[in-house]
Order: sequence, then C-alpha cells, then structure tokens
Amino acid sequence: VISLHDIRNTVGNIPVEWYKDFPHIGYNLDGKKIYKPIRNKDELDDFLDKMENPEYWRTVHDKQTGSDIVLSDDQVELVNRLQRGQFGDVNFNEYEPMVEFFSSDVMIHPITNRPADKRSFIPSLTEKEKVSKLVHAIKMGWLKPRRVEDDGRGRYYDLWASEDSSILARHRMHLPAPKIPLPGHHESYNPPPEYLFTDEERALWEQQDPGDRKLPFVPRKYSSLRQVPAFSHFIHERFERCLDLYLCPRQRKMRVNVNPEDLIPQLPKPKDLQPFPTTQSLVYRGHSGLVRSISVSPSGQWLASGSDDGSVRFWEVCSSRCMKMVQVGGAVKSVAWNPNPSVCLLAVALDSVVLILSPSLADKQVILSSERLLSAQQEGEEPAEGNGSVVWSEAEGEELNQGVRLKIQHPKAVHQVVWHAKGDYLASVMPDNTSHLQVYIHQLSRRRSQNPFSRNKGLVQCVSFHPIRPYFFVATQRSIRIYNLVKQEMTKKLQANSKWISSMAVHPGGDHVICGSYDCKLSWFDLDLSTKPYKMLRHHKKAVRGVAYHRLYPLFASASDDGSVIVCHGTVYNDLLQNPLIVPVKVLRGHVMTHDLGVLDVTFHPTQPWVFSSGADATIRLFT
Amino acid sequence: MGGLQKKKFERGSATNYITRNRARKKLQLSLPDFRRLCILKGIYPHEPKHKKKVNKGSTAPRTFYLLKDIRFLLHEPIVGKFREYKIFVRKLKKAYGKTEWSAVERLRENKPTYKLDHIIKERYPTFIDALRDIDDALCMCFLFSTFARTGKCHVQTIQLCKRLTVEWMNYVITSRSLRKVFLSIKGIYYQAEVMGQLITWVVPYQFSHDHPVDVDYRVMATFTELYTTLLGFVNFRLYNSLNLVYPPKLDSNAESEPKEESEDDYAMNSESYLEKLSALSASLARVVSSAEEEEAQLDHFPTEGIRSAQMEAREKELKQQEAQKKLFEGLKFYLNREVPRESLAFIIRCFGGQVSWDKSVCIGSTYEMTDETITHHIIDRPSVDKQYINRYYIQPQWVYDCVNAKVLLPVEDYFLGVTLPPHLSPFVEEKEGDYVPPEKLKIMALQRGEKTGNEQEEEEEEEEEEEEEEEQEEEEEDDNGDEEDDEEEVAEEKNLKKMEEQRSQGKVIFKVTPGKLKVENKARLEQEEKAEEKRLAIMMMKKKEKYLYDKIMFGKKRKVREANKLAAKRKAHDDAEKAKKKKARK
Repeated sequence: VISLHDIRNTVGNIPVEWYKDFPHIGYNLDGKKIYKPIRNKDELDDFLDKMENPEYWRTVHDKQTGSDIVLSDDQVELVNRLQRGQFGDVNFNEYEPMVEFFSSDVMIHPITNRPADKRSFIPSLTEKEKVSKLVHAIKMGWLKPRRVEDDGRGRYYDLWASEDSSILARHRMHLPAPKIPLPGHHESYNPPPEYLFTDEERALWEQQDPGDRKLPFVPRKYSSLRQVPAFSHFIHERFERCLDLYLCPRQRKMRVNVNPEDLIPQLPKPKDLQPFPTTQSLVYRGHSGLVRSISVSPSGQWLASGSDDGSVRFWEVCSSRCMKMVQVGGAVKSVAWNPNPSVCLLAVALDSVVLILSPSLADKQVILSSERLLSAQQEGEEPAEGNGSVVWSEAEGEELNQGVRLKIQHPKAVHQVVWHAKGDYLASVMPDNTSHLQVYIHQLSRRRSQNPFSRNKGLVQCVSFHPIRPYFFVATQRSIRIYNLVKQEMTKKLQANSKWISSMAVHPGGDHVICGSYDCKLSWFDLDLSTKPYKMLRHHKKAVRGVAYHRLYPLFASASDDGSVIVCHGTVYNDLLQNPLIVPVKVLRGHVMTHDLGVLDVTFHPTQPWVFSSGADATIRLFT
Repeated sequence: MGGLQKKKFERGSATNYITRNRARKKLQLSLPDFRRLCILKGIYPHEPKHKKKVNKGSTAPRTFYLLKDIRFLLHEPIVGKFREYKIFVRKLKKAYGKTEWSAVERLRENKPTYKLDHIIKERYPTFIDALRDIDDALCMCFLFSTFARTGKCHVQTIQLCKRLTVEWMNYVITSRSLRKVFLSIKGIYYQAEVMGQLITWVVPYQFSHDHPVDVDYRVMATFTELYTTLLGFVNFRLYNSLNLVYPPKLDSNAESEPKEESEDDYAMNSESYLEKLSALSASLARVVSSAEEEEAQLDHFPTEGIRSAQMEAREKELKQQEAQKKLFEGLKFYLNREVPRESLAFIIRCFGGQVSWDKSVCIGSTYEMTDETITHHIIDRPSVDKQYINRYYIQPQWVYDCVNAKVLLPVEDYFLGVTLPPHLSPFVEEKEGDYVPPEKLKIMALQRGEKTGNEQEEEEEEEEEEEEEEEQEEEEEDDNGDEEDDEEEVAEEKNLKKMEEQRSQGKVIFKVTPGKLKVENKARLEQEEKAEEKRLAIMMMKKKEKYLYDKIMFGKKRKVREANKLAAKRKAHDDAEKAKKKKARK
C-alpha cells in the first residue's frame, strides 16, 4: 500500500547506514523528519510472516523509507519482464520494420552535407614512406612473398616414376647396413620354460659385463598379454641402431663357408701302406729303472738295453727272455750295437766312460772276429796318445768275466755313443756349453781318439754318421751341421726351426734326416731341397724323445713323453723331382707315464717291420 | 741422383682418407650440421686397412671418412640450406633482441626449409632399394608415433609419423601381405612380404615412454626426418601399385561403414578422418573400383626333371600363402577393451577377418558386442560375467599363434583362464642339429595335418619325442668319440694291465680263465678304422687349416652342447611338472 501523502526522502543517494543511530531516516519535501516505522519484528516474526503471509513474496523492503511495500500486479509484471530482458513497456514493439538510411539508392537528401577534406585529395606522406620502405625491402630481396604451406597432402609423388637402370659407381660400392637380427624364442613374452634363466644363469648374467652377455636382456615369462610391461630400453635400442648406422665403419666380411671335411687332406689309406707295426706283442720286463736306451743287434736276434738301475740287459727278441745281464755300476745313458754283422760288440755309455762289451751271443766265428778286432791294437805298437784326456784301458777281473773288454775314459760325462756303419769307428758326445771338447771319434782297431772340432759351436745334442758317405751329422740345440770328414769342412747347416733338438736319425739312403725336438715337433729334412725342414710334424702332445728310421721299409717312428709312439710312412723316391710322401699310419700306445716321462727311446728291428720302444716305466715293448 | 726425395704420406692410402675434423673443416660445417649431413646422405666412416699409414704415423684413435665421400658432399644443395638456416637463426635472435615483432613474424614465415626428395632418389635409385631399407624407417616412425605430443620433438613430426604408419598399415591390410607376428618382451614384431622383400618392424607396447636422458634426440629426429620422407614416397608408390587413392580415403560404399553417429564426439572433421583411418576397420577407396582382384596364377611351363620339382615346390608354397591370406575369412571377432586393439585389429583385418570393439574404446567399431554372429571374442581377463554361448572366448595369443602356424589352431588351449602354451618366435628356422622345442614339433605336426585328439595321444607323442631325444643324444654321444664302443676293450686292457703290474711286482699268479669268444662286429670295426684314419689325416693337416678346422669343430660342438643343455633343461622341467601332477592327484 503506497501512502497517499508524499513521503519522498530528500537526503539523496547516501548510504542508509548513516541514519542507523537516528530515529528518523531523512527529511521529506517539507523538511520534516521522516521517522522510521516502528519495527519490532525479529527473525522469528519475519519467519512467521514468511510462512503465513500470502503476500510475503511480493513484499519489498524500501531502505530509503524503511517501510515494507507490497507490489501490485502491474509492478510484479514489470519486474518479470525486466528480468527476462524485455522492454518494460508491454506495448513496445522491438521488431519495427527498419528504415534503410544507408542504402544503395541515392536519395535526394544527403545525410550529412559536409564538404570533403583536403587530405582526401592529396596522397598520404606516411603511407608513401611505409610503401617505399616495403618496396625497397622487396627490391633488396629482404622481403619475400609469403610462402605457401604445403600441408603434406600433395607433398608425395611417384619418385621412382622414371627408374634409370644406370647404377652409379657409388651404388656399386655401397654397402647396405645389415638388418637387425630377428628375435628368437628367448625374446617371447611367454617362452618355453627351457629358455628362461635358472638362478645360476641369472647370477652369471648379472655378473657379466654388458658387452660380454650373450643376451642383452633377461628372458621373462608373463602369464597373459595384459601383464607385459613396456620395455624400458626400447628407445635406447633404437638410438643405438641410429648410432650404428651413421658411426660404424662398414666392411664386407667374407665368411668362410668351408666344409670341415674338405679341409682334411686326402692321404693314401694306411691299409694300402702296410706293413707297419700295429699291435703290442711283447713286453720285456726286468729293469728296475728308466730304460734310457735300446739297441738291436744287426742280425735282429738280440736286443740290448741300458737302464738307470746300472745294468745292461740282453734280450732275445722273439721270446722276450733276458739272456744276460751286465752290472756296469752306473746309470747307462746310451747303448749301441756294432752295425757290422761280422762282429758282435756293444758300446755302452755311462758316466764318463764308454765300455765296449762283447756279449758273446753269436757264432763262434763272429765272437772270434770281434776278439780279433779288439786285440788288433795290442799286437801293433802302443797307442799314440794323441790327446791325453782320453784313456783307453783293458778291462780286468770280474768285469772281464762279464764281457767288458775295453774302457774308454773320457774327461766328462758321456751322453751318447754312435757307431759308424763299418763298425770300426765310434763317436761319443759329451755335451758341454763351454768347451770345444764335446765330440770324440774313436777308432777301435787302432785304439785312437780324436776331437774333430777345434771350436765350440753350441751345445751338442747328438751326433750320427752318414750310412754311406764320409759325412758326420752334429745336432746342436737349434741346428744340425753336416761335416765332410774327408775334406774336414762343414758342408751344410740345417735350421730345425725348433727350440731344442732332442734326437736325430738319418735315412738309410742318406739324403733325409729327421730330428725330434723338445717342443713337440718332428722335422723332416730333405737334404736335396733346402736347409729348412721339408715338413714339420706336430703329432705329439709332449716333447719328442727319440726318432728312428727303418733300415729297409719306408717307415719312421717318433717316441714322445705323452706315452705314444707314432709310426709314419715316409716313402722316399729315387726320382729327384718327387718329394717324399709322409703319412702317419699308426699311433702305438702301451707305455705307462711315470714321473711325467713316457717313451724314452725307439728303434726299429733291422729286418722286420717291428718297432721297439723303451719307457720310463722300466719296460721295453715290441710292436709288430 | 734422381729427382726429389719422396715425401711420406703424400701418396697411397694416406691420400684416400680424411679425418672427421678435417672433413668438417673442408665442408665448413659445425659438428652437429656435419652429423646431420652424414645421416641424411648415408655417409659412414671407413676403417683403413693400415691405420698408421693413413694416420700419418700416429696411432691416435681417429675416425676416417673416404675422401671421395666428402668430395661428394661438397656439391650437396642441402649444405647451402644449412647455412641459410644458421643465418635465419641469427636474424631471428636479432629481431627478438630489438623487439621488432613484425620482423620476427616475417622471418618466421620465411623460415628456410629443405626437401629431401633428391636425396631419397639418390640413395635409393630404384624402388626395391628403398623397400629393402624400409625396416629401420618403419621401426622409427612407429616409435615416434607413440610419443606423447609434448616435449621431446615437434608435434608435426609425431603427427606425420602417425599418419604414415597408419597409411602403411592400411596398405598391408589391403594387400594382405603380413606374414609373421611375434609378441616379444620388447614389443610386437611384424613381418610383411612386400614386392618380394621381407620387411620386419617392431612396435612398442602402448605405454607412455619414460624418456632416457642419455639419448640424443637430435640424432633421432634427423633420422626421422629422412625416414618420414622415404616412407611417404614408398607409401605413395605402394598405394599406386594397388590402384588405391593416395592420400588414403575410406571406401564410401563398403558394407562395413563406421557409424555416423560417433562422429559427433570428435571436434574436427580432418582429425576424425585420420582417427577413422587408424581404426583400421574400413577398407580403402580405389581409383578404379574393381570388384574382384584377379589373382596371379602361376603359369605352368612344361619343364622336366629338377626344375619341375622346384616349380611344384613353388606352386605349393604359393598355394599355402594364398590359404594363409584367407586364414580368418568368415570369422567375426570382437575385442574386449583390455586387449591391444590396434595390433589385433591390424592382424585380423590382414587375414580377412571382421573385427569390432566397444564404441567407447575407439572410433570405427562396426558391430556391437551383442551381435549374435560373432564367432570369437578376444578377452584377456581371468573371467567374464556374461558369456554368449555361441562364441569362443579366447585369449589374444591365439590370433598370433594362428598367424604363425598358418592354420587355425585348436581353441581349447587358449580359453579363458587356461594356462597358455608357450609363444614361439616364428623367425627361428631350425637347422639340422638345432634344438627344436616340443611345442614347435606339435605345431609342425598340425601343419602337416596330423591331429592330436585327446590327451593320451599327446602323452604318447611326448613319450615318442622323448625317445627321439634320447636317440639323438645317443647319436651325439657317438659323434663325440666312440667312447662307449670302446668300453669293453678298455675293461680288457685294464685287466691286462693289472696282470702286468702283478707280474712286475713279482707276484706271478698263473691262472687260466675260461676265454670268451670275441664276436667281431664287422661294421663297428670298419667304423673304428675309418675314425682312426680320419684322426691320422687330421694329424697331417697344415697348421693354418688345422686352426680353421678346430675352430669350426669347436663351434659345432658348442652348438650341440647348447642344444643338449636346452633339451636337458626342458626334460628337468617336464619331470618336475609331472611329479607335481602326480602329487596333486594323490
């Protein structure tokens, strides 16, 4: 209800709070105070009013006068319209037809009648400046037309439309990068169980350097696909591939695709090269120490052996029976049977003495002839003592009964004794690095000794006579020297290409030499070819101790510390153009290793294709 | 006196090589630019035969390039572009410094760019060359397409990679050229045969990458630049070869049209198009719409003898391939939401199957889960609430194994919640003497058409296999040296030796024991003889050949050893399993 009298407040638009403490709220037009209506309504009254008064929703509190005003229906309608953003006036039409003032039609009355500016008639100076700057920039090439972006749709075309088959030199030489190796079963997310690591393998993998690992990852097993995580090294691997592509030198590697069977040389079958010893048939027992040296009599009936137990034994070859034993009182280094079939003598080297034994194991005729040979000197004049260092003496008493005939006393320990093919001369070796007195050649019939060398050329290992001609072979540590005994000069020096020669044998033809060495090698020299070995055979696993040629058959054998005797077939042709043919035919085993020593000496039977070997196990074995 | 004194290192190999630093100086490029150039042009260093001669007597480690290669780089137009870019960067910096924003904008607009088309053409003069080298490009693009669109490289590159890979996959689907797939712990390997070239690529699993810090992304980006160009051209050519429209368009009148309604969820039309393409569910539009592809029949040439046998083998292979191409034809798959959708959809579509998925997983689903005609529902969770009775619920490995086996494998082993059989690599081709896992043997038997119905047979088979293995082992032992054969002889020899010893000790015991008739095995004797012959011949080998021979034999023996080890491991595992089963039964 709007009061009939005008209670317009005249205080103006000021905050109402200023009149908070006053009883009035302002002044009316007449200057009278407008008193605040007495309000004793509290919150509860307000609430009750809200609940009960149906007009409450249209009651508005007028702050200006402090009174409550109930709005009429028209007023409520007006408020609603305003809230909706409509015009207050109901009758106002928003959509009146528009009057086109600025249309294309020329009207008789202009909207403005202002005359045109002067500046619209003259060109703009600033514009000109700007344009000229741009023109200059374009002229200078600083400014370019905006580039048309190609969005990639039309970017690709048929690049290889005109393929020219002419291949540039660059492409001929081009090495395409190798492809990444394809994954194996290991890499599966669910590999077969055998491809997973065991604990040990896992530990090993973790210990290894990343470069040494066989697999760059640990195989894992997941029970289903959804459990497979991202591979943490994926980007790394791609990156490494990139690095490989542009940083790695490429090289064409010719992979050897050889059938290993093709590498094995085609040799004649051992079957076709018979006869050669194949089986162990006899063992000669009796010695109690290493058997250093063995020798077969020229008739092939007897075998002599010298051992570290201080005895020389004589065996019958066919029955392996020990016929005779001679105690010589010292470790026997070497025994050698006189190759002359008309005498029966044995040279034995022990300590610094060479003994000449007459075992009397032959016909009376032969024994007599050997006795004659030994006593020839006695009938003649007294031995001319050329060098005082070697003393010849007759054996006496007990020794004589045993068969010892002569004693040749040397100044130093004798290691080897060798006969000349005729059986009159024998050579003895006393290895000594410091003196030239290393080799003596003794003449039995005249009881004379002489030292053929006046100069020390190295530690002499072994010596040998040429079977036919007057040549003398001396093996030092690294080389073999061949001396002409008639001319008294050196004819040849063979380089063995090995560290330490142990033994040497001369082919019965005299044109070939084999020598074994402590560095497991056996070298075959063809004297017609060169001073270098014709062939190096590395058959043995350990040091070669002894080598031997067969007198009649094309066989040679080597004995080694690994306990084996290897028999090889070595045909020598009379035709000088054809090189010797060497074929290993049999590996003979039987000796037992004792003190890291195997077979110490090897020798062939003079007529049969049999080989004897003596070993560190105190036995001698015959292979037939 | 003749002439001038010869100077060292002025002729011969020293003049053919150039160190990296000198090459860089000759080209007047910074090291990163030089690196980029080498990557783009495919120039790699060379290892000289005599390093000291080339290095002028010094042994310092240096990288050498062929002088010819560097001369070849001198005329490369890209080098000029590199310099332009350097200038551009300098200008831009200057403009920034002076806060001349219009200049900055202008410069930005005219940023120098280069094209690699001529380099691609030069490096790969024929299309086949390009295809041969596409492996790395695919791997790289697939990797980049999985990167998040922030940080490590330009968004455009990622988008381009995504687009190119999707195009590639669509090509493989249309040409049905996928051959092998392999789920490895690294990612999923695919192998396709495109124009006779086997192309292998690996796609990482769909996870976000944690980017390693020790990787130079600039190098990778340069490679990607080259690879995207290459892949784009290759795609174009491949699409043309199949009469497909390039850039690819979805076939508008195909029956498996993705539903229109789902389009509203996507903001931009162009984006949703790529998405729809990458959904791999729709076929592509052709330039000339041909109803049926005419299949290249192998012409029959009347030939005789070996060649005809070869031809037969080839024909057979071709037939098999054709059969493989239609492996999933007529099958209707539905992918549950936890399986790798893209990979499975790709594979199934490659072999002619129909595939769909939940609408909320990806755009492009063609039918609902409720469709009654679905034959296989691929699912990778232990159990499911509601099962339809007329479809198989199988684990995703089935699809991959089927593709590799080239036949539809029995589904029983792949049912829901069943322990899966091992997943084998299809890239391993076992040669004679290699270890073959028993699962592979089983699959090979299936391929041959033998069917293993029930478990009993399987067990029998296993036993057989075991027997076979044992036999193999025996053979191997035989090979290793006739040790077993000699056992008796060894025993005899021992006896003899004992006797010898006794005799040597003086204890001579005369004893007559009844002898045994020694049965001589002729074949065995002959074998022994042969073996000995061989041993003797080996002794006569030359040193060099012996070394080579030993090496080869060592390698062979190692292979055998490894195979034996795997077999033993498998046997131990199987035994343990059996024991467990028995225990469980009791």
